[in-house]
Amino acid sequence: MYRSHVLVCGGTGCTSSGSAKIIETLQAEIKKNGLKDEVAVVQTGCHGLCALGPIIVVYPEATFYTLIKPEDIPEIVSEHLVKGRVVERLVYKEETKDKGTISLNDTDFYKKQHRIALRNCGVINPENIDEYIATGGYEALGKVLTEYTPEQVIQIVMDSGLRGRGGGGFSTGLKWKLARANEADQKYVCCNADEGDPGAFMDRSILEGDPHVVLEAMAIAGYAIGANQGYIYVRAEYPIAVERLKIATAQAREYGLLGKNIFNTGFDFDIDLRLGAGAFVCGEETALMTSIEGNRGEPRPRPPFPAQKGLYQKPTLLNNVETYANIPQIILNGPEWFASMGTEKSKGTKVFALGGKVRNTGLVEIPMGTTLREVIEDIGGGIPNGKKFKAAQTGGPSGGCIPAEHYDVPIDYDNLIQIGSMMGSGGLIVMDEDNCMVDIAKFFLGFTVDESCGKCTPCRIGTKRLYELLDKITNGQGTMEDLDKLEELCYYIKENALCGLGQTAPNPVLSTLNYFKDEYKAHVLERRCPAGVCKALLSYVIDPVLCKGCTMCSRVCPNGAISGKVKEAHVIDQSKCIKCGACMEKCKFGAISKK
Amino acid sequence: MKSLEELKAIREKMQGQIGLRSESSEKTRVVVGMATCGIASGARPVLNALSDAVQSKGLSNVQVTMTGCIGLCQYEPIVEVFEPGKDKVTYVKMTPEKALEVVDQHLIRGQVVSKYTIAEVLG
Repeated sequence: MYRSHVLVCGGTGCTSSGSAKIIETLQAEIKKNGLKDEVAVVQTGCHGLCALGPIIVVYPEATFYTLIKPEDIPEIVSEHLVKGRVVERLVYKEETKDKGTISLNDTDFYKKQHRIALRNCGVINPENIDEYIATGGYEALGKVLTEYTPEQVIQIVMDSGLRGRGGGGFSTGLKWKLARANEADQKYVCCNADEGDPGAFMDRSILEGDPHVVLEAMAIAGYAIGANQGYIYVRAEYPIAVERLKIATAQAREYGLLGKNIFNTGFDFDIDLRLGAGAFVCGEETALMTSIEGNRGEPRPRPPFPAQKGLYQKPTLLNNVETYANIPQIILNGPEWFASMGTEKSKGTKVFALGGKVRNTGLVEIPMGTTLREVIEDIGGGIPNGKKFKAAQTGGPSGGCIPAEHYDVPIDYDNLIQIGSMMGSGGLIVMDEDNCMVDIAKFFLGFTVDESCGKCTPCRIGTKRLYELLDKITNGQGTMEDLDKLEELCYYIKENALCGLGQTAPNPVLSTLNYFKDEYKAHVLERRCPAGVCKALLSYVIDPVLCKGCTMCSRVCPNGAISGKVKEAHVIDQSKCIKCGACMEKCKFGAISKK
Repeated sequence: MKSLEELKAIREKMQGQIGLRSESSEKTRVVVGMATCGIASGARPVLNALSDAVQSKGLSNVQVTMTGCIGLCQYEPIVEVFEPGKDKVTYVKMTPEKALEVVDQHLIRGQVVSKYTIAEVLG
């Protein structure tokens, strides 16, 4: 037994900031200090505070160390692990407080969160099934198989009010019911782990931090709908997730939690992995199944819905990773427990990937109905550099923008739709006054153009034309007529595209047009980008009064566009300026501004 | 896995160990002085004995942790027990054997082992 556990985050964020090296150094130092039998090093999944990785948590004190470098390790070992003295300088501190916060759950970042789907992420070793079992794992499966009928299981899921966390928000219980109702000799349970929204990585973190929860939930779903085979469709770009899923399925089979006659009840269920090759459209349910079948990942028309004719033309249940991650907890704690959280029509919690102009970027899980303000100001720590909140983008390329006027709207499925955005898979990108909304719309359209599978014309050609119109506007060549065309084309694509990808692709344009029409107009009528982002529309100028003639700017200009004598005001030659902003960054007197 | 009992057995075996990673203000804290003075007089075996005993007996409401020099170096190894809502109890000149007595008497039965407390030893 160990007297202390040192948890090192092995999520993707911390892995890329060097946690593997940290673990190695830690183990070497612990050995050197003769603590090998007293202190355990445990690699866990994502803690959520990815911007501050690599992260280490030392138990039993729950000391939360952030931004750890290998050079810090000897000090942590000799001070904290040998002598019990916390290394204050490495402890996570909140900027709003004067004192260093030591314990993890005391931080503002964690205090307001409610972790259900992420409950084991950063707590257990995802490569050890025993640790999952220690936190109540596979108990829900055992309970379901020995105590409940499939109908009762479906009723529990229905009563909980759980809705699909992949974006659509369809009732999970109803989906299960429909899949059960269709008689067939073979049915399938699939897990959509083809997370593709730019910025969203909650499914990745669950798979990396708590892979068994997905296996357990899929087995429960298999029992409920009458299927004995499951597939997890996971992106090949998630190598850590794939590796841990492989380990988890092997361990579950070894324990007899997958395979034949589970819990001696005669129920058989097994799961195989299928790797996606990176097409965004394969996150769309029909395209995903087409891809599992071995065909090119293209959507097919619905109906028939997957519950009727899905994978290999058999009734299929398809849920998202985060949806599954809620299931075992709902079974164990009861549907009333789950339904007690959230708003009237959106129950439970939702994980958001917080990114953009916010201090604490990372993963947060909040009860439905939390306001955007709470998420950004309290959990996210606000917007850095004293800038003002302008909008938040939710739902990735399928979603829209939430402007400051809706800062206090409780976040749930229906409210977001009502204000022209959507929950989506949970990407939440915060934007401040320096973000140009036309440019943002263009960014997302660029993504959809790249990812359109090309099967249907409205999406293949329509999104391309939308992109071209936006490009024209950001280049200062747009007309008011273009704005009308833009809107018309948006509605056309929405109504005529074959699958969800195309139908939602115009959303970023529509919502920015709706809330930030003035910004579009400024680009068109005044040939001006108010946020100073669109390069074609801005010019850098030197204020001759403030300029001291230090020559710094002319020296850093990569294109020789700045001229002037020492101690005399300098001038930028607009025909040569490439608008890189290097001069403005270097000017010590604030004499250069962009207009 | 053939039965729920099997699953339960694994869970109980692992829970004591995972319990180390839970946080709660309601917990009893057992603090071992692990400064140079403490280590020199043998605090490490005391700490390990306490930690092992607490985990193997599944005392999920007890946290065994360390601290620096308490200031009574000649009485090290020192172990202090903080129970929520009660005065702290300070045990001095501890050994692994005495520590196990403290676990059985104090932490499990709630009876302070007076003969090892600072009041008793200092007279």
